[in-house]
Amino acid sequence: MGVVGEAWDWLATGSHWSGTDGVWHRLSQHLFLTFVCLAISCAVALPVAVVLGHLGKGGAIAVNISNAGRAVPTFAVLVLLLLSPLGTHGQWPTIIALVLFAIPPVLTNAYVGVSEADREVVEAARGMGMTSGQLIRRVELPLAFPLIMTGVRTAAVQVVATATLAALPGGGGLGRIITAGFRLTDTPQVVAGAVLVAALALLVEGIFVLLGLVLDPMRRRTGHRSPAAFRPPADQAPKSPVLKTR
Amino acid sequence: MADRNCLISNEWICGEYVRTRSQELTDATLQHVWITLASVAIGLLVAFPLALLARRWRVVAGPVLGMTTILYTVPSLAMFSLLLPVFGVSAAVVITGLVLYSLTILVRNIMAGLASVPEEAREAARGMGYGPLRLLFGVELPLALPALMAGLRITTVSTVSLTTVGAIIGYGGLGNLIYEGMRSFFKAQVLTASVLCVALAVVADVALLGVQRLLTPWARKRRRAA
Repeated sequence: MGVVGEAWDWLATGSHWSGTDGVWHRLSQHLFLTFVCLAISCAVALPVAVVLGHLGKGGAIAVNISNAGRAVPTFAVLVLLLLSPLGTHGQWPTIIALVLFAIPPVLTNAYVGVSEADREVVEAARGMGMTSGQLIRRVELPLAFPLIMTGVRTAAVQVVATATLAALPGGGGLGRIITAGFRLTDTPQVVAGAVLVAALALLVEGIFVLLGLVLDPMRRRTGHRSPAAFRPPADQAPKSPVLKTR
Repeated sequence: MADRNCLISNEWICGEYVRTRSQELTDATLQHVWITLASVAIGLLVAFPLALLARRWRVVAGPVLGMTTILYTVPSLAMFSLLLPVFGVSAAVVITGLVLYSLTILVRNIMAGLASVPEEAREAARGMGYGPLRLLFGVELPLALPALMAGLRITTVSTVSLTTVGAIIGYGGLGNLIYEGMRSFFKAQVLTASVLCVALAVVADVALLGVQRLLTPWARKRRRAA
């Protein structure tokens, strides 16, 4: 109980929240990194995934990128980028690493969502004379929406986690509270930082779950079958059973 | 000559580094392997009964799946930090964290595998007088193997990669070398350890695929027939 109480005291101390090393500043850095990197990843991955999914090509690439993303340690990439010539360019190594690890879930889920949109509906729409553009906008995207959101949500949580690790090579964000705690051998601070990071990750996950429900273009239609969620941690290996999230 | 200088000029690829530090590299790799093996083995031992409980009682399924999803959301650095006061600075912190992560995938895949067993197979086994235990281990488990092994492969690959974060408390296997290399800007050490780590993940994945092939010979026969 001792450490929990001390961690609570750490959190309850006002001076720990202000200043450049304070929680508020670290949190704003963390949120800024998360938002920017998620936006870049979506801007890069979504168009590619939607076009490939529409054409039904490149499925193997989409799956392999995800598998590779899991095998390469985030920590190693962060450090490699720091030691590369890019390392002297402030936040860029962190941003690049975050984007690299956020792209696979967005890409894979959006690809699967679009390419596996109900074939009969797609054929019917084509038979009605829809052009490819109309087909993507009015049929495939709405049908793929739940999976696209799952991908974005997974990427968001991934970015929050990776941004935490970025504190090890000296990046900004809430992880710095943890690494500073380790340097000072101040366990209560380590635990307090970890609690903040975990809470942020859960909050981000929760917000995206809600967004997915509220924004779903198909949510008021009856008889809509949402495709099985394709969540990267569980099922990117080919032929593995699809992990259904809630 | 070039080899001799690569340590001084701090190059990314350095044969001299690998030669002079082979002992250090071996030790780090061995630590990485045993932490991964222990985590995945314990993960499997915990996930199997959890999956059986969740299958037996619907009431248990919701909380078990919800809990493992929440655990998976916690970033690795935070997970290890939260476990630090529980175990102190020891390998148990890293292994426990990795076990908790592995549960998410293992429990779901074991449940999916068991759910995919055809009811006829169960009926046939019961008709032949199989008891519940013999039914589970003799019929259901073998038929659930493909899903279980797929989950095991994903878990193992993620575990190999996540072990590196254990470097924060000195139990990160190859991650320790990456961490030290980061502090001293030692490029050859960081790159060599990173490459070894990815190689370890690939080797583990291929090895598990081999095990799966050996354990499910009927799948291969079916594939050849088709």
